[in-house]
Amino acid sequence: MNAIVDRLREQVLAACGRRRLEIRGGGSKSWYGAPDPDAEPLEVGLLSGIIRYEPSELVLTAYGGTPLREVEALLARHGQWLPFSPPHFADSATIGGAVAAGLSGPTRWGHGALRDYVLGVRVLDGQGRVLRFGGEVMKNVAGYDVARLFAGSLGTLGVILEVSLKVLPLPPATLTLRFACSQDEAIERLNRWAGQPLPLSASVWWQGEMTLRLAGARAAVEAAAARLGGEVLPEAAAQRFWEEVREQRLPVWNLHEGEVLWRLALPPTTPAWADAEDALVEWGGGLRWLRRPVGDDSWFERARAVGGHAVRWRGARAGERVFAPRGAAERAIEERLKAAFDPDGVFARRLPLE
Amino acid sequence: MAETALHTPSPAVTREVFVAELRRLLPADGLIHEEAELRAYECDGLSAFRELPWAVALPRTEEEVVALLQTCHRLRVPVVPRGAGTGLSGGALPHPQGLVLSLARLNRILALDPFARTATVQPGVRNLAISEAAAPYGLYYAPDPSSQIACTLGGNVAENSGGVHCLKYGLTVHNVLRVRGYTAAGEPVVFGSLAPDAPGYDLLALAIGSEGMLAVVTEITVKLLPRPQTARCILAAFDSVRAAGEAVAAIIAEGIIPAGLEMMDQGATIAAEDFVHAGYPLEAAAVLLCESDGTPEEVEEEIARMGAVLERCGATEWRVSRDEEERLRFWAGRKAAFPAAGRVSPDYYCMDGTIPRKALGEMLEAIAEMEREYGLRCLNVFHAGDGNLHPLILFDANQPGEWERAEAFGADILELSVRLGGTVTGEHGVGVEKINQMCVQFSPVELEAFFQVKAAFDPAGILNPGKAIPTLHRCAEYGRMRVSRGKLPFAELPRF
Ligand SMILES: Cc1cc2nc3c(=O)[nH]c(=O)nc-3n(C[C@H](O)[C@H](O)[C@H](O)COP(=O)(O)OP(=O)(O)OC[C@H]3O[C@@H](n4cnc5c(N)ncnc54)[C@H](O)[C@@H]3O)c2cc1C
Repeated sequence: MNAIVDRLREQVLAACGRRRLEIRGGGSKSWYGAPDPDAEPLEVGLLSGIIRYEPSELVLTAYGGTPLREVEALLARHGQWLPFSPPHFADSATIGGAVAAGLSGPTRWGHGALRDYVLGVRVLDGQGRVLRFGGEVMKNVAGYDVARLFAGSLGTLGVILEVSLKVLPLPPATLTLRFACSQDEAIERLNRWAGQPLPLSASVWWQGEMTLRLAGARAAVEAAAARLGGEVLPEAAAQRFWEEVREQRLPVWNLHEGEVLWRLALPPTTPAWADAEDALVEWGGGLRWLRRPVGDDSWFERARAVGGHAVRWRGARAGERVFAPRGAAERAIEERLKAAFDPDGVFARRLPLE
Repeated sequence: MAETALHTPSPAVTREVFVAELRRLLPADGLIHEEAELRAYECDGLSAFRELPWAVALPRTEEEVVALLQTCHRLRVPVVPRGAGTGLSGGALPHPQGLVLSLARLNRILALDPFARTATVQPGVRNLAISEAAAPYGLYYAPDPSSQIACTLGGNVAENSGGVHCLKYGLTVHNVLRVRGYTAAGEPVVFGSLAPDAPGYDLLALAIGSEGMLAVVTEITVKLLPRPQTARCILAAFDSVRAAGEAVAAIIAEGIIPAGLEMMDQGATIAAEDFVHAGYPLEAAAVLLCESDGTPEEVEEEIARMGAVLERCGATEWRVSRDEEERLRFWAGRKAAFPAAGRVSPDYYCMDGTIPRKALGEMLEAIAEMEREYGLRCLNVFHAGDGNLHPLILFDANQPGEWERAEAFGADILELSVRLGGTVTGEHGVGVEKINQMCVQFSPVELEAFFQVKAAFDPAGILNPGKAIPTLHRCAEYGRMRVSRGKLPFAELPRF
């Protein structure tokens, strides 16, 4: 592995000041963010393998290019999981790519986001420095939390060579319930339930139907199901459904010509917009997906106005804004952070600093 | 008084001119500059390090905070933010030519939204005050440091504080949604969001645990959780610390994440029992506290599973709290472990390393060896569930040389934590205390990267300078000192 890291370092240093590089694990999320048509791929898929995993330590450390499905299969064999259910989007997805993209799936609602599970990273930055931040223990406040900074940085700061994640035992019981209700009713109910001691795991509202996943101790799941009512989905169908949500395979995510797919992260209690009845609502109201014709930019402002933010998830045309703007002071800090790790700008700005 | 060797840009003014400038910004009761009154701010919870600042400001409004920051930035006067001063690593230790910026008077709960399950508070609000305000709605703020009746949310954010329930419910970083504040230059910043995520880099993650060095936090929005219906706690005794450590690993291997999983060794148990009469078994080499919370059915199921594991792992005795009163009594001893140490010894020095759980036995044996080497006793309490150790080294500051021995003892523990694959600080922060051990945990290029992160937020280097990140020069000095210590003349003689 050292030889692979040395080779990557040479490639980075050789490109400095000459070319821009786009870090590529499995290419499963290469459409996400702001593409840089001139960047050359920096392939990190060879950097693969689990480095350390002891189930009773609740920590897994792997090379960045390790296939996500390999990590998940290993955990499953030991009755554990990545509770943030990262989307794969292709079989080739890698653990480093998942961390760099910073994306979480449906169970983020009940179990926390990817960034909550990042314990440490070893990275190769734009100056060719190999740096280790955080570690393999659950509590660690030595130095700034740079490991978490790399989560969601979309390869703009450096190559994630290794990553350590906190993992958890699989919940002993799960159950999926379905209810007929309006979007507003769903948002109201989910927020109310989230304020009660219930084993909530994931939720989706779409086309008049609310699907709710419970996960936890058997007794808690059974008691909650008895209280909440709804129709029980057979477990096989439920698993298929949640995987389709995680992988965005429901029709709402099928983009047609001339459309943009918007991702709106909002304070979860935000009421349904009257002109957004066609949205798919996840995370108890905190995440909403909408397809709209190109050219409709209003969602950046509408999301901001309620305290959230919009992402032009798919369908952005060249040069169009993908992520919401930040404030002036925050932008200046982001610029200086980018310059600290990548002074020559050798890594493509898939996450634009604007 | 220990030497702190703070390095910073030097102020562009004298103390007198500076105080005169501050007088124009604050009402008379908002400024302290007389030596007698400054004494109250000379240290935080780590009293071995003391320093008198030029002045202490006690603003009541955000506007005053901004004006103070702008003035200090213009005059290049270091600013040390301070909450309640309960920090245990000297994070709020004054700078000898600086201002202590106390946020204690910004102490209002600004909003509590039971439907959204959030509370928005000023930084001087005490940790426990949030849970008290949320209680009528069946909600609470999960991170519960033992200092929660006194410590502030601003301090919690700056230290990424944890508590006995953070194995299951997370640290401050997992429970804060958004902070608002100001950079050292006085520019407003917002990190995080009330939505599940925020655009751009995760600046919130950098701000949390940054020990007051990246920004001054003036508003915090936290997540509130539904209070579990019930909680019960098991008190288990073991006749060896190693067996107790193995039981901890076995519980986790069983797929259980207890709400709390704490360990105390015999010394700590006896000291705590003497203090709060929690009913701890005094003959046990180690005591475990294992808590389960949730619905009554869930708790019953989990308690039975944990009991079976404890039995299998050789617990000599275990009992389940019969009622809420007894559960709180079990915890009272653990939560009072620090003051209990204070009762059996004139002074104690609390360590904070984290190690992989599997190394617990090895660490404890090494600590026992160090007790002999340094001629000092050590009581051990652990957040065992997440491998976070709090060895309490007992010493008497009035005995010449004892503090120096305690400090060297502590340094050995921290450096062993790093060698065992852990870290020098799990939740108390580096401050001035563990700054040398940072040289052991991080390489020169990593330290350089930390300085660059600091400069990204605070290019002038005004905010809490000299803390948390050692200069390379300092590391070189420390390296030389450690080597010479290893080659002391008459090294074979006991050093006490
Ligand atoms: C008996 C005892 C028990 C303890 N138990 C625990 C425990 O269980 N878990 C745990 O994690 N800690 C514990 N601590 C340590 C301490 O209470 C925590 O670190 C706490 O978060 C400090 O809060 P404070 O308000 O006292 O902050 P201070 O000590 O005043 O300051 C701490 C740091 O925060 C910075 N700061 C404070 N306010 C702000 C602000 N508004 N903006 C920016 N920076 C700021 C300061 O500059 C300093 O670096 C304990 C301490 C004691 C004395």
